[in-house]
Amino acid sequence: MTAPITRDQAFLQFLLRMGDNTLILGHRVSEWCGHSPVLEEDIALANTALDLIGQTRFWLGLAGEVEGEGKSADDIAFLRDVWDFRNILLVEVPNGDFGRTLMRQFLFDAWHSIQLGRLMTSSDSRVAGIAEKTSKEVAYHLERSADTVVGLGDGTEESHRRMQEALDYLWPYVGEMFQSDAIDAEMVAAGIAPDPASLRDEYDALIGRILATATLTIPDSSFGHKGGRSGKMHTEHLGHLLTQMQWLQRAYPGANW
Amino acid sequence: MKNEWPLWEVFIRGQHGMSHRHVGSLHAPDAKMAIKNARDVYTRRNEGQSIWVVESNHIAASSPSDKGPLYEPSESKVYRHPTFFDIPDDIGAM
Amino acid sequence: MYAQMVQSTGKDVKTTAEMTPQEAAFQARIDAGEKIEPKDWMPPAYRKTLIRQIGQHAHSEIVGQLPEGNWITRAPTLERKAILLAKVQDEAGHGLYLYCAAETLGVSRDDLTEMLLDGRMKYSSIFNYPTLNWSDIGAVGWLVDGAAIINQVPLQRTSFGPYARAMVRVCKEESFHARQGFDAIRKMAEGTPAQKKMAQDSVNRLWFPALMMFGPPDKDSVHSEQSMAWRIKMNTNDELRQKFVDQTVPQIEFLGLDLPDPGTKWNEERGHYDYTDPDWSEFFDVIKGNGPCNVDRLAARNKAWDDGKWVRDGLLAHARKKAAAKVAAE
Repeated sequence: MTAPITRDQAFLQFLLRMGDNTLILGHRVSEWCGHSPVLEEDIALANTALDLIGQTRFWLGLAGEVEGEGKSADDIAFLRDVWDFRNILLVEVPNGDFGRTLMRQFLFDAWHSIQLGRLMTSSDSRVAGIAEKTSKEVAYHLERSADTVVGLGDGTEESHRRMQEALDYLWPYVGEMFQSDAIDAEMVAAGIAPDPASLRDEYDALIGRILATATLTIPDSSFGHKGGRSGKMHTEHLGHLLTQMQWLQRAYPGANW
Repeated sequence: MKNEWPLWEVFIRGQHGMSHRHVGSLHAPDAKMAIKNARDVYTRRNEGQSIWVVESNHIAASSPSDKGPLYEPSESKVYRHPTFFDIPDDIGAM
Repeated sequence: MYAQMVQSTGKDVKTTAEMTPQEAAFQARIDAGEKIEPKDWMPPAYRKTLIRQIGQHAHSEIVGQLPEGNWITRAPTLERKAILLAKVQDEAGHGLYLYCAAETLGVSRDDLTEMLLDGRMKYSSIFNYPTLNWSDIGAVGWLVDGAAIINQVPLQRTSFGPYARAMVRVCKEESFHARQGFDAIRKMAEGTPAQKKMAQDSVNRLWFPALMMFGPPDKDSVHSEQSMAWRIKMNTNDELRQKFVDQTVPQIEFLGLDLPDPGTKWNEERGHYDYTDPDWSEFFDVIKGNGPCNVDRLAARNKAWDDGKWVRDGLLAHARKKAAAKVAAE
């Protein structure tokens, strides 16, 4: 039996969950830069990644403030190890083909937009402020990823097949977004953030509509991987991602860049 | 088979209430994506408030050989420009 | 430059007497500083040369994404990552503007792309050099984009309207590139001994390849005269190279780094820095495909293009279905 967490500890964990999601997904999306199927998509994906990196600076910056140990967003991003990360597993899986990347983006954007909508009425004005600012960016991400999922799902035979494969592969990672734990309960009690489980109906309606238009079938399985939000068990992929991302900071500690 | 996305011309109205201005072109599968692509390509530095796109092959253009008949007649109508008129300095703004 | 060694299709520059009346009228417009627009008559050789030059310029932007993109996932801070990503994204944008300018001449972007991918068209030699340490990101922005700006600023006045307008847009964005590069390498030059070592390594490695960007010396440059008469090349290679050296040497000194070329010396009489010529045999090797990264760069572009085909086809097929459904409903 572990000791109950304090509100500040829970708040910090919540902020890490938000910031690590955007950090890791932004990193993954940035891997496409220079390698996309067409120039217009290359530029658009870079915009998405840039938004996510910017959002990371807000969330992790606030996390550092709440933690009160003088850490910057960079310290938090570049100097923690795998077990410290609180992102959902969905964002750390490798990009796969363009279809899987866009499907992952869509599945995340849909959750992200609903979550930020709720956070705009957070009792913490800093959280509400970040949500207000970032929700506009995310509304656009969702519009774009949804259009692409529809276009590719209902495109050629090959694009349809690849999008269905992407959905099948990613679906087991969706459930983690809606799991609630003691940290969430504390956030709900403080009026800071909604209960993740409470977003599910709206989410299902949203993605159900888009995926139907895309002529794609949601897998008939409620199984969900978990471990990212709690930090108990990430995928093997995260360590490799961090090895790249953190290399300079780790190899040359204390340098200014 | 060639499957190139069509070319679109992009017009953007900026911050200051000026008309939409041609800023460049891009490729997109349809109008909806053309507007999105225009947003991503041509408003990265806060340039835009409103976007128009039109498929390039729908643009009707004047022919260069008509340049004389089309534009030279206006050269002789200098009285259309306010600077044509001498207004005394001391009557104030006009 | 980004467009090096562009072969001009016209043989020798014709005298006015040798020109047809149409050619003479065309040249007179250029001499008067008028812009040539896509629907205007132009000599076939002018069109061909421009397609080659603008195409090569566009390809350079796209291939140029790769050496810098190599460091996006390793950028040391969130801010540096965002700056670098925005910068490499700009290169994609520049490629896009330039391809569009070329398309007004009656060639499609896909055709140009295929000519890049199968080696029929070239891109700038500089992008066949690797980026090996983080300081290279600073050096590329500062030296490579710095060199590009020197070439591109005069091209804003080039005779072909769409090319000139694309260059105006590109130049506006490029000055951000050079500045962020200088800012990044300055942090390194003023940083820890290890960082300073990286900065020096970058400058040493990239200096001569940067000088090569302007193309071979004027005495060996066979294609310049006609292009200059057509105002699609505005200055000679050596003029631009000298300008770059004069501008950059004091900046290296400001950073407190050693000059990569011991032959660099201020020449009071000329009012310019003297410098050592790059190894031109290396340059021609790189152009022929034997640079350190030629094979990898083209392989990366080919992979992106091949892997992306189903995406391009899929989105287009969907658009066509929707359009057909709309027609059927009307």
